[in-house]
Amino acid sequence: MRKSPPRVNGWILVVLVCLGSRAPLSAQSPNDANFLTQLGKLRDASYGDKEKIIEDLGASGYPNVRPVLRAMLEDRLYFRNSDQKVFLVKSAAQGDSTSLDLIDPVTLKSAGSASIENLTEIGINNHLRRILETTLARFGLSSPDVSVRLDAVLEIEKSLDDSNVALLRERMAVEKNSKVKKEIATVLALAALNDGSDPKALLNAIATLRGSLNTDVRNRLQGLLDRNPDGSYVESDAQVRAAAAEAVTTINHWRSFYSVIETFIFGLSQGSVLVLIAIGLAITFGVMGVINMAHGELMMLGAYTTYVVQLAMPQHIDGSIFVAIPAAFVVAGLAGVLIERTVIRMLYGRPLETLLATFGISLILQQLVRSIFTALNRSVVTPSWMSGTLQVNDALAITYNRLYTMIFTLMVFGALLAVLKFTRIGLEIRAVAQNRAMAKAMGIRSEWVDAMTFGLGSGIAGVAGVALSQLTNVGPNLGQSYIIDSFLVVVFGGVGNLWGSLVGGMSMGIVDEILEPYAGAVLAKIIVLVALILFIQRRPQGIFPPTGRASENQ
Amino acid sequence: MTTTKTKRRYTLWISARRDPGSRWFLGGLGLVSVGVPILNLMVPASSPLHLTSYGLTLIGKYLCYALLALAVDLIWGYCGILSLGHAAFFALGGYAMGMYLMREIGPRGVYGNPILPDFMVFLNWKKLPWFWYGFNHFGFALIMMFLAPGLLGLAFGWFAFRSRVTGVYFSIITQALTWALMLAFFRNDTGFGGNNGFTDFKDILGFNLLSDCVHVVLLVITAVMLGVSYLACRKIVASRAGRVIRAIRDSETRTRFLGYRVESFKLWVFVFSTVLAGIAGALYVPQIGIINPSEFSPLNSIEVVIWVAVGGRGTLYGAVAGAILVNYAKTIFTTSFPNAWYYALGTLFVLVTMFLPRGIIGLIPNRARLRGDSNEQSASE
Amino acid sequence: MAHMKSKSMFVVSSLLTAVMAVGGMAKAQDTIKVGVLHSLSGTMAISETTLKDTVLMMIDEQNKKGGLLGKKLEAVVVDPASNWPLFAEKAHELLEKDKVAVVFGCWTSVSRKSVLPVFEKDDGLLFYPVQYEGEESSRNVIYTGAAPNQQAIPAVDYLMNEVGVKRWVLEGTDYVYPRTTNKILEAYLLAKGVKPSNISINYTPFGFSDWQARVSFIKKFGSEGMKTAVVSTINGDANVPFYKELANQKVSAEDIPVVAFSVGEEELSGLDARPLVGHLAAWNYFESINTSANRSFINEWHTYIKNPKRTTNDPMEAHYIGFNLWVKAVEKAGTTNVDKVIAALPGLEVPNLTGSMAKVLPNHHITKPVYIGEVRADGQFSVVWKTQNAVPGDAWSKYLPEDKNILADWVTLNCGNYNKATKQCSGQNYK
Repeated sequence: MRKSPPRVNGWILVVLVCLGSRAPLSAQSPNDANFLTQLGKLRDASYGDKEKIIEDLGASGYPNVRPVLRAMLEDRLYFRNSDQKVFLVKSAAQGDSTSLDLIDPVTLKSAGSASIENLTEIGINNHLRRILETTLARFGLSSPDVSVRLDAVLEIEKSLDDSNVALLRERMAVEKNSKVKKEIATVLALAALNDGSDPKALLNAIATLRGSLNTDVRNRLQGLLDRNPDGSYVESDAQVRAAAAEAVTTINHWRSFYSVIETFIFGLSQGSVLVLIAIGLAITFGVMGVINMAHGELMMLGAYTTYVVQLAMPQHIDGSIFVAIPAAFVVAGLAGVLIERTVIRMLYGRPLETLLATFGISLILQQLVRSIFTALNRSVVTPSWMSGTLQVNDALAITYNRLYTMIFTLMVFGALLAVLKFTRIGLEIRAVAQNRAMAKAMGIRSEWVDAMTFGLGSGIAGVAGVALSQLTNVGPNLGQSYIIDSFLVVVFGGVGNLWGSLVGGMSMGIVDEILEPYAGAVLAKIIVLVALILFIQRRPQGIFPPTGRASENQ
Repeated sequence: MTTTKTKRRYTLWISARRDPGSRWFLGGLGLVSVGVPILNLMVPASSPLHLTSYGLTLIGKYLCYALLALAVDLIWGYCGILSLGHAAFFALGGYAMGMYLMREIGPRGVYGNPILPDFMVFLNWKKLPWFWYGFNHFGFALIMMFLAPGLLGLAFGWFAFRSRVTGVYFSIITQALTWALMLAFFRNDTGFGGNNGFTDFKDILGFNLLSDCVHVVLLVITAVMLGVSYLACRKIVASRAGRVIRAIRDSETRTRFLGYRVESFKLWVFVFSTVLAGIAGALYVPQIGIINPSEFSPLNSIEVVIWVAVGGRGTLYGAVAGAILVNYAKTIFTTSFPNAWYYALGTLFVLVTMFLPRGIIGLIPNRARLRGDSNEQSASE
Repeated sequence: MAHMKSKSMFVVSSLLTAVMAVGGMAKAQDTIKVGVLHSLSGTMAISETTLKDTVLMMIDEQNKKGGLLGKKLEAVVVDPASNWPLFAEKAHELLEKDKVAVVFGCWTSVSRKSVLPVFEKDDGLLFYPVQYEGEESSRNVIYTGAAPNQQAIPAVDYLMNEVGVKRWVLEGTDYVYPRTTNKILEAYLLAKGVKPSNISINYTPFGFSDWQARVSFIKKFGSEGMKTAVVSTINGDANVPFYKELANQKVSAEDIPVVAFSVGEEELSGLDARPLVGHLAAWNYFESINTSANRSFINEWHTYIKNPKRTTNDPMEAHYIGFNLWVKAVEKAGTTNVDKVIAALPGLEVPNLTGSMAKVLPNHHITKPVYIGEVRADGQFSVVWKTQNAVPGDAWSKYLPEDKNILADWVTLNCGNYNKATKQCSGQNYK
């Protein structure tokens, strides 16, 4: 078991002084040479020594400690092999970077650049990472940014000790923001629970903590209800125990309520992935009646397009998605038009044979990708704005990438509906789907409309691929794993009916997530599949009866 | 009455003999079942003409696949039912045989448990699950090889055909079926050995499965089964029921209006086809030596359909030719040009569906086929 | 007419049969043939293609050194296409048609199980380079990957003793390797006094991609006041979505470290490693280990594959060791005859890439050092812990009650499954 970091005498005072004045007192701040010596020691230090150095640095009050420790935490602290000098670098080394931009630790100004061979990283491990985070959190408490302060409080909560409690008390006195105040109060009450033997203090703490959903709070309160081996209670005061028991019940109640909501959100998010992979198919299969087995591979093309776009703009990863979406639409759409013009055109009226031909195409596309990009998965970076979670409260959090996927699905869905409803090509697509001969008679170039329809469906598959690249592997097998699901969603929803696909996909996702905790992931999937088979066997036309060419083949 | 019956039987045989495709096929089959034992057992190993046990397994595998393709062609080529889940029935037959072979290992397994197969000992199972009972008797296992795929086919077909699930919809739910089965068999808790499936078989009916002699016998049995199944399929398609089945393919609604119980005909032929697939699987497992859930993979089922399409559907022997040809190509390609295999296979599918709707058999000059019975004409239209 | 037809039919058919038979004929023995049995297409191609290239590189190197026993080595590469029955068929082909002296190949356990009877029947020699579940020792296989005691047990020791983990989530893909590893680990943890309520075991299917609920569970499981770690035996494709979900739900390595047995440099090159920094992996080799042997191996690899960014990984090292062991055994035996090479192998030692020696044990496993590495932002690992000495591989786990009495020894007992109590050798196929 790990010991908490040893206390350094006077540490609190130093930090408090720093915090209070914001500018270090010259008397107590070491000079640059001292600071550099300390940094220099990091070069050959063992992890244990590094821990000590980090603590000393944290206590030193030197103004640049914070950026330097931050850099260390982010793997941006190096020393130059040629002269053994320690530098910060602007951004951490990537797999393909050959040189790094240096920053001087004293002036924090650019100090040229050095090749990666001439630099050695000052490594850290999980333990040091935790220490660095706590140390930085102490600085963060006085940040003008509310969210930084909030994070700092939460970070400090993870390693509560006397000095940190004292620090929080200080902050509480000057803190203006009510959210931060509330959080600090929670943490302080937690600390009081920890070492409080005075029943009154305990009751106060429990009263403060009543509304909290924090797991640490629940664990500590639960701890008050534990019995000793001899059967007596750990906490002797019955009033305290009653209050704790009541608080625990409330917390558990709310947590289970939120976990239902969480399951529902998981279901919606899984459902939106299903909808996304299916709506392209709802066009090619649902409207045109083409059993497009290459649909998955068109998604794969979209995912690889995302990868290529990111390769092309390594400096703008955050924006790359916005380039990748239209690019994937165009790449997959063009591929779709090409497939339609060369192969599917010859097979209209023979739907089962489009299945065989497009299956052949899917094999060719897979191998093509394997030849160009190798069989290895490609690394697609998640833009920073898509990572992390939206913390609703202590018991409920929604990850951003899932949230954006849901929003994205609805946007694509809405856009597709709008195209079909309000544009000329949409009108023509619907006309050809309903009655080809009549549409032709009205002067619609049905062949051109066919190509455009297939291109549209394929393009949407490509767009779905962009989303998938954020959720799963980008590799040659990407398409295969989704193809059956996407067909099932379309058939379940009702062929040719976009709303059906939406409802179908969402309900499949939700049912699956509800079953998963009880049945396990595999059995849940099997149950969903069998239920779908039975449903389709009872009601082959799906939730909403089909329209379009596929229904004519019935 | 009796004379007509004899006559009909006689006509079937005559028509099979008259039809060049059948003649080639049955002749080739006879040649294999005579030639393989000679080349493997009598020609000394040093001779260049000796057939290694590798070659033996390979031919055995092709024949099993041919039987599976035959089953698919019967329902697709003649009844218009495109099953994209036939590998599931193949695998079920295979699993039934595999369960027998596992029980046959007895105490010779890794953990030496006389009753429980190794994987159950390993997963700390104390008791044999109920569905494993009886598989130590070959007779029971044999019945299950027919029943397991047949009953599933019956249940699945009954629900599907009664609700008039046709065409694409049927294909998609068969895909879902085989996928669900694959996931179920992948689970270790289901009780079929999970991902590893069954391997390391020792013997069958007391004969050592590692010996070439046993493999030769299995191969001959497979060849005979293929021949018998072929004749049975021909008999079905040439019968009155066969005409109704083809009528269903050409227009289901019209056939129904004419008063035929379309569902019964479809169900019957579908179940027969699933049983054939099951037999193919049961014969496949002892020759290959492994059965595992990837046999249920949806892609496998699609591949079977491709064999039939390449060979030429609605001819029966075309399906056999397609299965052997594509698999032979696969054997060659995966050794000589591993990277080109997917390109070759993919291109083949595209070209065949676009330019050879009747498959390779369609390339044989029309005159030869016209002399065959009249079935082919309607089949190819 | 009909008569002529059937005659020509006979001729064609017999020609076909003859061609097949001739194909099976052995060619003149002017080279030593080395079989490579790795999937180059299908789902496993992602991992196995690299190993094929590794073997080809080793063969190339050996030929530059003048070959072996005065003959050049010739690689015979086949593609079993991630299809398990095809593995058996291709093994047949390599052994009977090409008559290879040795085969380097397989990745998944099921592929090994599928070829095992073939190797035992045709008396071939297989070098298997991947960490696996143990519970097996074949006369015809040399296991150069880690057995559970060379990877899983030391990793758990590290977490227990150095990180202070008290609560365990054993998360795996549902197949035999995770099942066995978790079974051994569970027995080990219980023996160390961990309460059953502090161990959670869960299995997900291959290629599982929707990890929301599982990660949320892990988070909850880990939030009950005790240090929690995840021991992951999740296979290949399911890893990327798993780690992405971990990162998104902010499960950081400091809070709940994940130690993985199937995630190496190559897998990390397929994802953005920055959110994973600090998570752990246990291997017998890391690319970042700085020894001269390793540096020159990496250089060689980059030159051979013509890509300076390609990573190396643990199974590659296993093939490196295996190949050198085979070369040494052939030199010692003076022949490529499989029986003599198998007899020569136990006791042989070659250097591995991390500065110690790999020795073939009588149970056909080898000695390997164990390293624990933390993921770095660049997709490499920094070693945070290693075993003092190389650990000998156990074919049968000491921690499982049913295995306790079983021995594998091909030198004295000539058996891979010998029961000490009943003094019986069971479950063997070889003649």
